[in-house]
Amino acid sequence: MKKFETFSSRLVPLPVDNIDTDQIIPARFLKTISKAGLGDQLFYDWRYDAEGNPKPDFILNQPRAKGAAILLAGDNFGCGSSREHAPWALTQFGFRAVISTSFADIFKGNALKNSLLPIEVPAEIHAELFQKVDENPDYEVTVDLARQKLVLAGGREVHFDVDPFAKQCMLEGIDEIGWILKHEDDIRAYEAAHPAPINTLAG
Amino acid sequence: MPQPRTIIEKVWDAHVVKEEPGAPTLIYIDLHLVHEVTSPQAFEGLRERGLKVRRPDLTFGTTDHSTPTTPRSLPIADPVARTQVEQFEKNCREFGIPHFGFHSDGQGIVHVIGPENGLTQPGMTVVCGDSHTATHGAFGALAFGIGTSQVEHVLATQCLLQRKPKAYKVEVTGRLKPGVTAKDIILALIAKIGVGGGTGCVFEYCGPAIRALSMEERMTVCNMSIEAGARAGLIAPDETTFEYLHGRRFAPKGADWDAAVERWKKLPTDEGAAYDKQTSIDADALEPMITYGTNPGMGIPITAPVPSPEEVGDLLERDSLKKALEYMALEPGRPLLGRPIDVVFIGSCTNSRMADLRAAAEVLKGRKVAPNVRCLVVPGSQPIKRQAEAEGLDRIFKDAGAEWREAGCSMCIAMNGDQLNPGQYAVSTSNRNFEGRQGKGGRTFLASPLTAAAAAVAGKIADPRELL
Ligand code: SF4
Repeated sequence: MKKFETFSSRLVPLPVDNIDTDQIIPARFLKTISKAGLGDQLFYDWRYDAEGNPKPDFILNQPRAKGAAILLAGDNFGCGSSREHAPWALTQFGFRAVISTSFADIFKGNALKNSLLPIEVPAEIHAELFQKVDENPDYEVTVDLARQKLVLAGGREVHFDVDPFAKQCMLEGIDEIGWILKHEDDIRAYEAAHPAPINTLAG
Repeated sequence: MPQPRTIIEKVWDAHVVKEEPGAPTLIYIDLHLVHEVTSPQAFEGLRERGLKVRRPDLTFGTTDHSTPTTPRSLPIADPVARTQVEQFEKNCREFGIPHFGFHSDGQGIVHVIGPENGLTQPGMTVVCGDSHTATHGAFGALAFGIGTSQVEHVLATQCLLQRKPKAYKVEVTGRLKPGVTAKDIILALIAKIGVGGGTGCVFEYCGPAIRALSMEERMTVCNMSIEAGARAGLIAPDETTFEYLHGRRFAPKGADWDAAVERWKKLPTDEGAAYDKQTSIDADALEPMITYGTNPGMGIPITAPVPSPEEVGDLLERDSLKKALEYMALEPGRPLLGRPIDVVFIGSCTNSRMADLRAAAEVLKGRKVAPNVRCLVVPGSQPIKRQAEAEGLDRIFKDAGAEWREAGCSMCIAMNGDQLNPGQYAVSTSNRNFEGRQGKGGRTFLASPLTAAAAAVAGKIADPRELL
């Protein structure tokens, strides 16, 4: 995993509540056995028409989305399935953070494991950001994970919460699996003390 | 005296491997279920890191999501799906994981085959790269969906890093009336608390109406916990649970069985244990439920009108409702009853077990599917398919003009070729009505098997109580 560094970016507004993972990446694209190519399929059914041509009125197809690294979405972003293809598609498109008032649990966990930062802001800030980008499509904010601050134009700072462990992993570019593997002794001790309730190889 | 604990805390505490300041808890996983869609990249990760599967004896696989439900004598027509299924079987063989492949007589939906084979047992931790893993909570297991990175973590270490969830008590009082089912309980709960209402929590369903449910019905309730945002939902085990499990393939046998039952009896929540949140549903007051919108929280009693965006105060919420009604091409303020439909789908890990098929057959028996309707009946597993055929249910479905298909996820997720055409309306017993979930441009009404079967007969949305 790459280290997560402070960055500034325009916001791509998608003012819809409860955006589910089937919208982020439709199920028919999950037949893949790799991670490649998912960025092109991000929000596919909102992004392309029946012939597969980009819909000009959809925000991701507009020039302002080019190079932007922050998605500004409605409440409860990422509800639905556990597919990690959702954060894979978002990061492949170029997003490094999503701002909402709340995130679905599984999506949040998956996002953090892929260096995509879910930023939860209070409803007033959320509404204000939508208004700001409405007035000025080039409106930029800065994401500072180390200090857990969203820095708005003019220098005003908005604090956000993030799981301290996930934060550390992202800042240092560490995979969780490495951390777990270091606990081999603990795992072995647990196994010795707890006989397995099943054996899928027998039965 | 020890602090009274909920069943959720008891299962959690029993699985703590390591607690370290600054990190989530490392917990042990008793059962890991894998399927073809969310595992390939995890197996690839193991290869890249040179890791093995730590506990193949606690792991079990099946093919379901992109698996066709056409006769098994046919090859998988879609080359991408075929590659995925073949790769899955290859991965399982390479890493020594027991599994039901495409041609296995045990094959079925991952959340159906676990319980069916006695793999899911009370007090266990169960995970799967699938959000409906909550289904297994019906047995008093702490069962939740995980992403592909975590699938890799569990394959490699049998452990997961997790923050302790909050406990959310859902009490269902009273008794269900005829024609009202377990599916209606859960749709009513999601409509009440919303699709984000359970975020960060595990539900414990309790109360007399839950106790009265069979295991299959309990699985239907727990299955959709995720649709209210809760990663897991569970029900304390009781005699109904033990009776269901006894004699199943992987259930304990002989003296082990007796010892297990003694352990399981200690799981229910202690008197006086505290919950972080609670709510209740009155089963006496429930009617058959149906969704009208594009998330499972947009549900109403079948006789009620579709809500109007004007009545919604919050701006974004109002826009979302407007957008949903536009997608569904529905007029606010009018009931759904009588609205013509094109497809009925009876299946999915929510409602594809014997009780569901029997309920649908009860409505379809001696009746015909309306000529404007395509009705698919998709059993949850091969054993269910055989059992239904032994009971003659397949004849009832076929005589009515419904399609009787092979086991799999099918039109629940529309990855396998079973899908809606753009603009079509379906009444589905599955669990998600998101835009395009059942096929691009398709429109889904979620309901119980009784309500779905009634719609198939009527050719439009109908009240099942009139056909019983
Ligand atoms: S039936 Fe539907 S919800 Fe259940 S596991 Fe399959 S795709 Fe997921």
